[in-house]
Amino acid sequence: MDKPFAITLDPGSSLANRTGSWRTTRPVYVDRLPPCNATCPAGENIQGWLFHAESGDYENAWRSLTANNPLPAIMGRVCYHPCEGACNRQNIDAAVGINSVERFLGDEAIRRGWQFDAPAPSTGKRVLVVGAGPAGLSAAYHLRRLGHQVAIFEAAEQAGGMMRYGIPKYRLPRDVLDAEIRRLVDYGIELRLETKVSDLRQVMAEQGFDACFLGVGAHLAKRAYIPAGDANKVLDAVSVLHDMEEETAPMLGRRVVVYGGGNTAMDVARTAKRLGAEEAIIVYRRTRDKMPAHDFEVEEALQEGISIKWLSTIKEAGEADIMVEKMVLDENGLPQPTGEFERIEADSVVLALGQDADLSLLENVPGLVVDHGLIQVDAGMMTGHPGIFAGGDMAGSERTVTVAIGHGKKAARAIDAWLRGERYVAPPKHELATFERMNPWYYSDAPKTVRPVLDIIRRQSTFEEVLGGLDEHNALFEARRCMSCGNCFECDNCYGVCPDNAVIKLGPGKRFAFNYDYCKGCGMCAAECPCGAIKVVPEEN
Amino acid sequence: MLKQIEGSRAVAEAVALCRPEVICAYPISPQTHIVEALGEMVKEGALTDCEYINVESEFAAMSVAIGASAAGARSYTATASQGLLFMVEAVYNAAGLGLPIVMTVANRAIGAPINIWNDHSDSLSQRDCGWIQLFAETNQEALDLHIQAFKLAEELSMPVMVCMDGFILTHAYERVDMPTQAQVDAYLPPYEPRQVLDPNEPVSIGAMVGPEAFTEVRYLAHAKQMQALERIPQLAAEFGSVFARDSGGLLRTYLTEDAETIVIAMGSVLGTIKDTVDAMRLPENGGHSIGVLGITSYRPFPLAAVAAALKHCKRFVVLEKSLAVGIGGIVATDVRMAVTGMGLKGFTVVAGLGGRAITVKSLTALFEKATREALDPVTFLDLDWKAVNKQLEREKARRRSGPVAEALLRDVGVVGARNY
Amino acid sequence: MSFQPVKFYQTGTFTVGNRLLAPEERSVQASAKRFNSINSGHRACQGCGEALGARYAIDAAMEASDGQLVAANATGCLEVFSTPYPETSWQIPWIHSLFGNTAAVATGIAAAIKVKRKKGEQEHDVRVVAQGGDGGTTDIGFGCLSGMFERNDDVLYICYDNQGYMNTGVQRSSATPPAARTATTMAVGPEPGNVFGQGKFLPAIALAHDIPYVATATVADLRDLEAKVRRAMEIRGARYIHILVPCPLGWGTASQETIHMARLAKETGIFPVFEAEHGEIRSVLPIRRQQPVEEYLKPQKRYAHLFGKQPNVAVIARLQAMADRNIKRYGLLGQGER
Repeated sequence: MDKPFAITLDPGSSLANRTGSWRTTRPVYVDRLPPCNATCPAGENIQGWLFHAESGDYENAWRSLTANNPLPAIMGRVCYHPCEGACNRQNIDAAVGINSVERFLGDEAIRRGWQFDAPAPSTGKRVLVVGAGPAGLSAAYHLRRLGHQVAIFEAAEQAGGMMRYGIPKYRLPRDVLDAEIRRLVDYGIELRLETKVSDLRQVMAEQGFDACFLGVGAHLAKRAYIPAGDANKVLDAVSVLHDMEEETAPMLGRRVVVYGGGNTAMDVARTAKRLGAEEAIIVYRRTRDKMPAHDFEVEEALQEGISIKWLSTIKEAGEADIMVEKMVLDENGLPQPTGEFERIEADSVVLALGQDADLSLLENVPGLVVDHGLIQVDAGMMTGHPGIFAGGDMAGSERTVTVAIGHGKKAARAIDAWLRGERYVAPPKHELATFERMNPWYYSDAPKTVRPVLDIIRRQSTFEEVLGGLDEHNALFEARRCMSCGNCFECDNCYGVCPDNAVIKLGPGKRFAFNYDYCKGCGMCAAECPCGAIKVVPEEN
Repeated sequence: MLKQIEGSRAVAEAVALCRPEVICAYPISPQTHIVEALGEMVKEGALTDCEYINVESEFAAMSVAIGASAAGARSYTATASQGLLFMVEAVYNAAGLGLPIVMTVANRAIGAPINIWNDHSDSLSQRDCGWIQLFAETNQEALDLHIQAFKLAEELSMPVMVCMDGFILTHAYERVDMPTQAQVDAYLPPYEPRQVLDPNEPVSIGAMVGPEAFTEVRYLAHAKQMQALERIPQLAAEFGSVFARDSGGLLRTYLTEDAETIVIAMGSVLGTIKDTVDAMRLPENGGHSIGVLGITSYRPFPLAAVAAALKHCKRFVVLEKSLAVGIGGIVATDVRMAVTGMGLKGFTVVAGLGGRAITVKSLTALFEKATREALDPVTFLDLDWKAVNKQLEREKARRRSGPVAEALLRDVGVVGARNY
Repeated sequence: MSFQPVKFYQTGTFTVGNRLLAPEERSVQASAKRFNSINSGHRACQGCGEALGARYAIDAAMEASDGQLVAANATGCLEVFSTPYPETSWQIPWIHSLFGNTAAVATGIAAAIKVKRKKGEQEHDVRVVAQGGDGGTTDIGFGCLSGMFERNDDVLYICYDNQGYMNTGVQRSSATPPAARTATTMAVGPEPGNVFGQGKFLPAIALAHDIPYVATATVADLRDLEAKVRRAMEIRGARYIHILVPCPLGWGTASQETIHMARLAKETGIFPVFEAEHGEIRSVLPIRRQQPVEEYLKPQKRYAHLFGKQPNVAVIARLQAMADRNIKRYGLLGQGER
C-alpha cells in the first residue's frame, strides 16, 4: 500500500518509542520466604513440594520433600504442623492441610517403593550416629546423601526411638514406621541394633569414625516422690509406652490414673483406654489452658472418654485408690495447696512428669557443657568437643520429632563442612512472604478438606489409626489450596495486567521477565500478583 | 438514450450507472428526490451490489461514507444547505484523509433565516475544505459531472462535490441524454484504493499529526488540487470521446474572444445570462461587445484559465449567488486574484440570494450599466431599498425592534422569491 | 466424607492464566501468542485502565474473528495515545475519523465489507468493531450510536468508560458519577463535584433499543470480559459492550490501583456487571464480597472532598443508596461466590 504521508501509519511502529524512560520505580521478580517454610523446624521447602503435588507430580513432590526430610509418612502423622499455624491461607478460610498432603506423599512413596535420590560420590569419611530416633535417622540420612559412610548404633531392639517407644500405634502405625526406616537402611546406612555405646571416645577411636552425631533422646522418666503402699502400682509413662511394643501389653487395671499434663500423659491415658481400662483419669495440678499438651490431643482424649482432674496433685497411692489434694492458682499462675483432699479409686498410677537424657556415654569426653540436663550445642549442633555433634531431645527443650529431624539435618551439614575443615554457613534468608504482601482476591473459595476421623467406639477399643489420610482427589485439592506465598506459580497475572505489554512470558516452568524498554513502572503487576512475588523498587537513575 | 426527466432523477440514474457500493441517504430539500430515486432502484433490484443506508443525520451520512470509502467501497451521498453545514466536521475529515467520496450538493441558501431556495452560499462556505467543487450549468452537465467526478476523485484520492442549483435544476424536467452502462464502464474503472482497511495488510488511518508534519500534509492536498487543474480538462476530453458531448472542464467561454465586457458566473444562471447577452449583442439593442465566462471548476480555481479568458477584455462583472458578509463577493474575490496586474475594471453583483429570480430584464439593465462602468463596486441586484431603509429606521428608533426577517416579511408581503 | 470436585485450581478462574489448566481453558491474554492488538510504546499514562481494556477486548475480538477485524476509533485518550505520528501501536487495520461519528464510520465499514463479500471480492468474514470513550459515546457520539443501534448494523461498539473527558484534562461527561470532582464540576461551593440528578447510563439506553447484545464489564474481571466479547462476536447485528476502565489521573488513584478500583466498583454495586440479549438481561456477574461504597470512594482523590475531618455523610449515603438500588435492580447479590 502506497500510504498517504503522515495520515496513515504502519502497524507496530510505536515500538520505536521506548516508554521505559518514564519510570521512577521498577518492578522486580522476587522469591520470598513462605511462612510455612520459615516455620518448619525440619526446614522443609513446603511451598516447593506442594508446587509439584498440585500438578499431580507426586514423585517430584516427594523428592523435593525428602531433600530435607526423609520421613514424610511418619511426619504426616505425628508432626504438630507449626507450618499450618503460620500458613497465610488461614487469613482467608483455613490453613492448607500441609500435614495431610505430606502424609499422602509419604504413603504414596511407600506404596510405590520410591527410593531416595542417589547419594553424592563417596567422601571416604565415616560418621558414627548414636541413637536411631528421628534425630539420628535424619542425621544419618543427610550424611549419607552427602556421600559419607554412616553407621547407626542403637541400644534398643528396634530402631525408631520415641517414634516407636513413645508414640502410640493409633497415632503412628508400625508398618509405616518400619517402611520408612527400611528405606533408610536400603539407602546404604548401616544400622546396628542392640548396640549400646557406653564409652563414646573408645568406640570412635577403635572403629575409626571421623565424627559423631549423638541422638540418644531423653527416655529416663522424671519421678516425683509419692508415698505408695505397693511400689508396683506406680509406673512411669516412658516404660508403659515402651512396653507397648513388647509381646504382652502392660497390665494397668480397670482404673488408671495418669499424673501429668503433657502429650505423653494423653498418650498413656488413651493407651490405657484401649487396653481395656474402664476409666482413665488424668490428674493435673493446673488448669486446661496451662496444660503443655496440644489442644487437639486433649480434645481427642476427652472424646475418647478420658476424664481430667484439674488443679490436683497426688499426695499418696494406696491399695486401690489414691489421695489427691486440690490446688488453687495464685496470682502468678502457680498452683498452691488448699488442704482439701479427695480419694479416687485407682488400680495403677502412671507418672508422666517429663523425661531426662542418659548422658552416661559422654563421661570421658572433655569440653562438653551440660545445662539443666541438656547438652549444649552451637548453631551447627556441635558440642563443646570438636567433631561431636548432638541433637534431638538430648539437646533441646522443644521435644518433637520434627525438631529432631531438623537438628539431624543441621548437624549433618555442619559435620560435612567440618570434615572438610570448613564451617557451614547458611545462606541468608529471603524476605518473608507475609499476607499483606499478597493479593488474596484471586484465590478461589476452597474450604479445607477435613480428614476422616475414626468413630469413637473403634477409637476406644482398638489401636487403629485415629486420623485417616486423604485420598488422591482430596490430597490434590488440598495441595491446590496452597497460595504459593512469595513464589511465582505462573498464574499469568503480571503478563495479563500490564497495560504496556511489558512482561515477557518465557514459557512453562521458566516464569516471566520484565521488558524494561517499555515498562512504565505503574506497579499494577505487583498489585495484582496473587502470591506477592513482585517487588517495586526505586529506579536507580 | 434521450429522456425527459426531472434533474434529480437524471442525477440518480447517472450515479447508479457509476456502480456505487454504499449510498447514504438523509432527506433535505432540494436533494431528496435524488436519494429517493436511488433508494427505489436499490430496493427493487435495479441497482445491485449496493448498500443503501438511511442514516440519522447528515453528519452520519458523511461519516458512514468515510467508513465505507476507507474500507474500499465506492461511496456516495447528497445534501444541501443546513445539511452540508451539519456535516462540516466530517467533510473536512474526508478531505483530510483523502477519501474519494462523491457528493451532490443541491445548492440552497443557508439560514437563519431558513430558506429552502437556491443560492450558492452552502457549497461556497466549504470552498477551503479540500474538496473539489464542480458547478453544473444544465441537467445534462449535472449528470455528466457525476460520472467524471467518480473518476477524478478516485484517481486523485480526493473527494468531489458536484454542485447543481436546487429546484432550478433539481426539480426541472429537461431533456437529457442518459448514457448506457457500457459507456460508463468504459470510462470509469472499478475503484482501486490508495489506502484501505484490510486485515491482510493492516494500517492505522487517521493518526494525530503535530507541527512537524502538518504543513506538509496540507501542502500535499494543495498540490493534489493543482494536479486536478490539469486532469479536469483531460477527463472532460476523455468524456467527450466516449459520450460525444462537451461536458465539464475548468470553464467555458461564450462569445468572449472580442468582448470588451465579460460576465462571469457559475451554475444555471449562465443560461439566462447567455440569453441576455445574445439579445444585447444584436445591433438593434446596441450591439454591445459582451461575452460570458462560465466557471465549472470552482475548486481548484482555474486562475490561469480565467486570466487567459479575460486577456483581451476591458472590464468584467462577476454575477454570483453568494455573499461574503462584511466584504462583498466570494467568487469575485477569487476572480480578482486571477486578473491581478492585468489592469481590468471589475464589478461584483450579488444576485439571486435565497432563490430570488434573476430576470433578463434586470440583467439587461445591469449589463448596460456595466458596459458604461456605471456600477458600484458591489451591487445587490433588485434590492428593495425601501424595505431595507425602513428596517434601518426601525432599528434606530427602538431597541426591541424584533426579528429582522419577520419585520421584512410584513413589509414585503410574501415569503421568498416571486417567480414571474 | 464429602467429595469436592477438583475445579478449584488454586486461583480458580480469577487469574489471567493458570499453569494447571489446559491452554484452551485459559484466557486469551494468558497465551504467549496473543495478538497484542495494541502493542508497547503507546503513550498512555502509567496504569491506564483504557489501554488495558482495549487490549483485552480487541485481542478477544481478534481471537473470535480469526484475525479478520477492522476497528474504528473515536477521538480521545485511546486514539491519541495510540497513534501519535509517526508511531502507531495498533497491529490491526484501524481508522480514526472524528469524535462523534465512530458508530457511523463503523456502519460504513460494515456496509462496504458486506458489498465486497456479496461481489466475491472479499473472501474473509471480516468483522467490525467501533471503540470510543464515554465522552465520544454517551455525549457527542450519541446520535450516531443510536442510529447504528436502530438500524441494527453489524457492528460491535465498545465503550471504554472512565467517567469523564480525560484526554482534554478531566472534564465532566454525562457518564461522570454524582459528587465526583472534574475540571468542570470542581469540588467547591455548596454542592461540590458533579451534581446529583443528572447523567445517563448508556447500557440501559442500549437495552431500550432492543439490540441483539448488550453487556457491561470491567477490567477487573478479564475472563468475564473475554467471554462477553466472544459471545458478542458470535452474534450479527448491533452489539454494545460497556467497559469500566479506571483512570488513575482523572480519578486520582495510584497507578497500581486501577484493577483494584474496578473491582471495588463492581463489589460495591456502583457498577452493575450484566449481560443482555434483545433487551432482556440474561445474566449478572454477582458481587463476591460486598463492600460499602466508602471503600470504593476513599482511595479516589476525585471524592476527597467527601472525606476528611467532617465526612459528608449525607452524600456518601446517597451514593450508597444508588449502589443499593443497582444491587436490587440487577440482582447483583446473585447465587454467591463462584
